[in-house]
Amino acid sequence: MSGIRGTSAVVGVGLSTRWEAPGRTALELLAEAVHAALADAGLRLDQVDGLLTGTAVHFMPTLSVAEYLGIRPRFLDGTMIGGSSFVEHLIPASLALNAGLCDVALICYGSNQRTASGRLVSGSEPQPYEAPYGPRNPITGYALAAARHMHQYGTMRRHLAEVALAARSWARLNPEAFAREPTTIEEILAARMVNDPLSVRDCCLVTDGAGAVVMVRSDRATDFPKPPAYLLGAAAATWHRQISAMPDLTVTAASESGPRAFAMAEVVPSDIDVLQLYDAFTINTILFLEDLGFCPKGEGGRFVEGGTIAPGGRLAVNTNGGGLSCCHPGMYGLFPLIESVRQLRGEAGERQVVETELALVHGNGGQLSSQVTAILGTAATL
Amino acid sequence: MSEPSPFAGPGPDAEYRRLLAEGRFCIQRCRESGRYVFQPRVLSPFTGEPTLDWVEVSGRGTVYSTTVIRRRPEQGSDYNLVLVDLDEGCRLMSRVEKLQPSEVRIGLKVKARIARDKDDAPIVVFDPAESA
Repeated sequence: MSGIRGTSAVVGVGLSTRWEAPGRTALELLAEAVHAALADAGLRLDQVDGLLTGTAVHFMPTLSVAEYLGIRPRFLDGTMIGGSSFVEHLIPASLALNAGLCDVALICYGSNQRTASGRLVSGSEPQPYEAPYGPRNPITGYALAAARHMHQYGTMRRHLAEVALAARSWARLNPEAFAREPTTIEEILAARMVNDPLSVRDCCLVTDGAGAVVMVRSDRATDFPKPPAYLLGAAAATWHRQISAMPDLTVTAASESGPRAFAMAEVVPSDIDVLQLYDAFTINTILFLEDLGFCPKGEGGRFVEGGTIAPGGRLAVNTNGGGLSCCHPGMYGLFPLIESVRQLRGEAGERQVVETELALVHGNGGQLSSQVTAILGTAATL
Repeated sequence: MSEPSPFAGPGPDAEYRRLLAEGRFCIQRCRESGRYVFQPRVLSPFTGEPTLDWVEVSGRGTVYSTTVIRRRPEQGSDYNLVLVDLDEGCRLMSRVEKLQPSEVRIGLKVKARIARDKDDAPIVVFDPAESA
């Protein structure tokens, strides 16, 4: 099971922080992030021979991206499992690097969702057994999960608001974050309802933007300018596609992907220094804290009370400001991965979590449908 | 005469809708495990084989979760959307009628009714059990 532990590493990361980029296409933003990631790694575009990507607007994303970048990769992977895709891409990238199918793997993504549509919309095909009832995906599925969690465990809207406030407090320390205005619990609780019990402030941002990550085998990971972030463990799990097929709306498949990733990495939750959890909605953070073993099932709401996950709290969660306050260009998974690498390198400026050796990134896709957990560490953790 | 192939002809998706149009709310039950499954499908997830038979169900169920989908006034009024656990033991998305959207509570006992959607296709909706 631990066959890929520490065998590959991220040596370059890059963003396009044009969170509002009128007149720019998704591929134009993506290319900017790729350029930044390659510069970060000290590599040239023509050295990329592995491409892993996915977009919501291309029928054959790997082909569109390869052509646009002008590369001829010998390894392609376009696994499309929603926002978690780019965390999942770490797994085939590592396997392909280890098998010698490629030497430089590029994981990349770009979107102009904000300026193209301006709304939190799903590009998904309608689900025939759900569509007649008018769900507003993706929000409706998460609202149903939040309602059930509140019913079953006494979670309150105030707890959800704590998640939004913590994200904003981190964003205020991140000059690259999109939403940095100060806010309060009261202001968050007073926001317009969208799908009860979720208000507009329980929903992630809608931004443009792009990200890119460069991976190599560990035997050469120290040949690059920046300290490597080694992939120690990664696992994906899925139990359903549609929210109506989710067995228990209070338990996600993160309860499966998490333990598998921890086992591969040979660490436990209390070893982790910083967490980046895909917070498309405030309930996500609560569910993933529970399912990944950072608090007992049902206790996530009470766990986040009083600033536990905010700057200065007991657990550093979503230090870039998350999808709620940093950015959310359609699919978010690559951005928490990039923040994890920056934290491991000690590059996170005012929001840097001191002595970060182990970072957990958790990706979510669909309607809580796809769960992918990855654990990265510094050289000291190998 | 050999048995007709369970994979021939119109599939379970079409059959579900045909039965609904006849006024029958039917769900598949696995003949090996006795368990019900929704959405309609070809293979039983319990056996991996085409061991699913149609059974007309009671239509009785319980609201598992609920939400009110808010709309701006110019888009129409707010509406309810639920997940219902049927007494037979499977779950589907629907809505509860005859109550205000915000009056629908988790745990509410409900009863299925076949209604028509905006394209006049038959769909299953629920009413509070006591009013059914």
